[in-house]
Amino acid sequence: MNTATTWDDFMEGIWRQNPVFVMVLGMCPTLAVTVSAVNSISMGLATLFVLVCSCGLVSLLRKLVPKEVRIAVYIVIIATFVTAVDYAIQAISLALYDALGAFIQLIVVNCIILGRAEAHAAKNPPLSAMVNAAGMGIGFVIGLLALGVVREILGAGTLFGVSLFGAEFQPWVIMVLPPGGFFVLGGWLLLFSWHARRKQRKQSAKLGEVTQNA
Amino acid sequence: MPPAPPASPAIGMIRTLGLVSAICGLIIVGAYQSTYDAVAANKRIATERAVFKVIPAAKSIAEYVTLTGGGIERRVGGGDGALAPGAVKFFAAYDESGKLAGIAAEGAAKGYADTVRIMFGYSPACQCVVGIGVVNMRETPGIGDKIITDKDFVANFNALDTKLNKELSALANEVRTVKHGTKTNPWQIDAISGATITSRAVGRAINDSAQALLPRLVPNLEKLGSKS
Repeated sequence: MNTATTWDDFMEGIWRQNPVFVMVLGMCPTLAVTVSAVNSISMGLATLFVLVCSCGLVSLLRKLVPKEVRIAVYIVIIATFVTAVDYAIQAISLALYDALGAFIQLIVVNCIILGRAEAHAAKNPPLSAMVNAAGMGIGFVIGLLALGVVREILGAGTLFGVSLFGAEFQPWVIMVLPPGGFFVLGGWLLLFSWHARRKQRKQSAKLGEVTQNA
Repeated sequence: MPPAPPASPAIGMIRTLGLVSAICGLIIVGAYQSTYDAVAANKRIATERAVFKVIPAAKSIAEYVTLTGGGIERRVGGGDGALAPGAVKFFAAYDESGKLAGIAAEGAAKGYADTVRIMFGYSPACQCVVGIGVVNMRETPGIGDKIITDKDFVANFNALDTKLNKELSALANEVRTVKHGTKTNPWQIDAISGATITSRAVGRAINDSAQALLPRLVPNLEKLGSKS
């Protein structure tokens, strides 16, 4: 394996195939827990940990697992690491554990993780699988953080719990309620698709020039 | 090694599943063992903080349960151990000199979004509720969470009457949440206008918990005495 493909593996999840903004996967935690930046980061890191560990183990066992039982094996492995994360978060902070609620356990059914295990880890050696998973996980953290920061600033007037606008600020409460998640996600998707459109148009314009010149 | 058959043999599948389960079991046990102490400490700190909030004079707490045959018992170790059916858990809070400063107990009732779980402080001296704190709720931010921030509402719990009747079998007057501005008796709670459902949940939580706890607690108060 050379460095170029490792880098590609890593960057795939962060930009080209970003799980939140490009693949639009894992929407359940994305919309539900991103009421504050701290919650977003914790949820993202928990998912990142589960993703990297389970992809590593899946990849290690890839030659042993008969194809008929592979999904069962993947789910057991993922559930194991989710349980470990669950205990770890309880040990770190009960307040955080209450804030994230059922969504920690629901990492088990996060389609990003099973998708990575099936699409990448089951076919690649452990290092490549873990690098790719780390990229995806970081992409997920970035996605959650993008929502969490906007929602916390607008909905509570704070960032990482630090008040930004002073006592006069009237919080835009709907932003920390469920509809706010959809509004902010919609806004970000709009921005990304506008960017992709513009890039495409530039490329086709360039292509047109080339054909004219030829 | 023979070429892979179209369907894997059952024994191979069982072996793989067994191996994977064994690995996963080890990981889970490892995680549980290594976080056990920290989790238990966190839970204890969270409970203490909640109790100290409703009984500001408190410096230490002891956990008790009511017994089905009447009477109360010190619960050592606390933790998640299952309670006997019908038993009520409460905390005796002691001040610096080790004197009983108050009783704290949890109550829960259905609110607007989910169950509202509160902790309330009970003072045996005035036979009244002297403070409440929220343990857990998912009420609408800015509306339902006024139950902790609204000064007028919180003032309901400076001395909320929870006297028992003569037979010590139930509260003399049921704790009840009334419409905003219509509170006339010390056992009524003046609701927050606009957050009536959450206010009612608080009233119901206190009433249910007090009805279950106080008839068994009050005859045994001297057992709590001072800290041994």
